[in-house]
Amino acid sequence: MDILLPRTLDEALGLKSKHPEAIAFAGGTDLMVELNLGRRLPRMALDIYRLPELRQWYIQDGTLFLGAGMTYSRIIRELPEFTALAQASRSVGSPQIRNRGTIGGNLGTASPAGDALPVLAACDAEVVLARDGDRTRTLPWHRFLVGPKKTAIEPDELILGARWHVTRGPGSFSKVGRRNAMVIAIASLCLVLDEDRHAVRVALGSVGPTVLRAPEAEAFAADALAGAGAWGDPAAHVPPQVLEAFGERVAAAARPIDDIRGTAAYRRHACAVLARRALRWALEDRLPGPGGGGPASRGARC
Amino acid sequence: MLIRLKVNDEWRTADAGPGASLLHVLREQLGLLGTKNGCEQGECGSCSVWLDGELVCSCLVLAAQAHEREVRTVEALAGPDGLHPVQEAYLEAGAVQCGYCTPGLVVATADLLARNPSPSEAEVREALSGNLCRCTGYVKILGAVHLAAQRLRGRTA
Ligand SMILES: Cc1cc2nc3c(=O)[nH]c(=O)nc-3n(C[C@H](O)[C@H](O)[C@H](O)COP(=O)(O)OP(=O)(O)OC[C@H]3O[C@@H](n4cnc5c(N)ncnc54)[C@H](O)[C@@H]3O)c2cc1C
Ligand code: FES
Ligand code: FES
Repeated sequence: MDILLPRTLDEALGLKSKHPEAIAFAGGTDLMVELNLGRRLPRMALDIYRLPELRQWYIQDGTLFLGAGMTYSRIIRELPEFTALAQASRSVGSPQIRNRGTIGGNLGTASPAGDALPVLAACDAEVVLARDGDRTRTLPWHRFLVGPKKTAIEPDELILGARWHVTRGPGSFSKVGRRNAMVIAIASLCLVLDEDRHAVRVALGSVGPTVLRAPEAEAFAADALAGAGAWGDPAAHVPPQVLEAFGERVAAAARPIDDIRGTAAYRRHACAVLARRALRWALEDRLPGPGGGGPASRGARC
Repeated sequence: MLIRLKVNDEWRTADAGPGASLLHVLREQLGLLGTKNGCEQGECGSCSVWLDGELVCSCLVLAAQAHEREVRTVEALAGPDGLHPVQEAYLEAGAVQCGYCTPGLVVATADLLARNPSPSEAEVREALSGNLCRCTGYVKILGAVHLAAQRLRGRTA
């Protein structure tokens, strides 16, 4: 196995176009598992972990750019106000895994259980891809993640990062697993409220071939909040039946299968529970004062 | 592939085989047997080391990616005056049984206490969530971490 150790993104893209078969190694937390099991031995590896261009994030013209090489640990430290993203990052593996694992690796592996992926989907993220010669293209998340462990990346491309329009409003990521740490999600969910557009966005992980949105449930919740006058007045009463019906609609959007981690029926049930709770948390977070999350979480962003 | 890396303050050279992990190089090439191989899947934490100051599973680092980087292993903890306070605390608290998980846990504990000298119970549990022990049931390990925290705070106070 030959290993290429470029120092800049340009160098890396040049090498990738010359050797499209070279496998990009970021944190290696997905790839090394396969290598150690002897499941694969790439002929050539391209180390991209420390490329400075991939390790940055910034907000420009209301858009967040999150470099592919951002590790979960750095997201937790540097982007805490992006609540759902930080929560998803905290739920990945262990400190050791979070110190190495990257957003680009989560996208590259494209597991339906990838914890960052429902957040990217709920934030309407675009994936930015680069190839040699200063050429980039962007794909909305659903055109990048095309199936279980399948992406639309071309062999001569690298993932530069993800980006989305920053919105204001509470949000959360939650997941169901068999214990508190070091688990692959049986079901996961990200919900965000967009206070400016009066929209509710919800994405599901681990309950379909890839990450799913629940558009019908989203429209229902946005209308119900409007009906209750909750968009204008965070203290307005939202009837519990709304949460119940929202949960059912989200569950209906899931396309789960039975596997060793859980049955389809259990997963669907989990989606309803997660959805109901996430909407309740979001509504509580908007309330002023000690009961609600107060200004800090009301300032949360997606 | 020949790689050069700084291990415990000393520059070393190793011949990393194709696809070899940093763990493999540390143990098989450099003879540093303190770092244990428990699962090679990132699940057990017994191979924990610092790579450029960050706690990582060395079984998940492609050795070549450590080229020109700095690695610190459990061997770096004990000094000329004896064991590191975390190591002493593990012994005193009876947190060591078969000892297989101990190096990884000691490294993870030292990493936690360097960042957070007064961790809460929940913070300790989260920090050690990537380290498995088959013997102790963790109660003694948690005790050792709190004992080590006390000692280290006493030292700097
Ligand atoms: C013990 C353990 C626990 C885990 N727990 C979780 C968990 O709870 N939740 C979760 O979501 N994941 C988990 N994972 C999986 C893994 O940590 C994540 O998917 C992580 O985001 C992978 O990032 P990486 O940088 O290590 O990827 P790598 O292994 O380096 O790469 C993964 C794939 O992405 C490609 N790739 C990476 N970066 C780029 C890029 N910039 N451009 C093009 N292709 C790229 C690689 O070629 C490869 O195909 C766990 C893994 C382990 C070993
Ligand atoms: S040997 Fe590396 S985590 Fe188990
Ligand atoms: S003491 Fe035996 S595995 Fe921990």
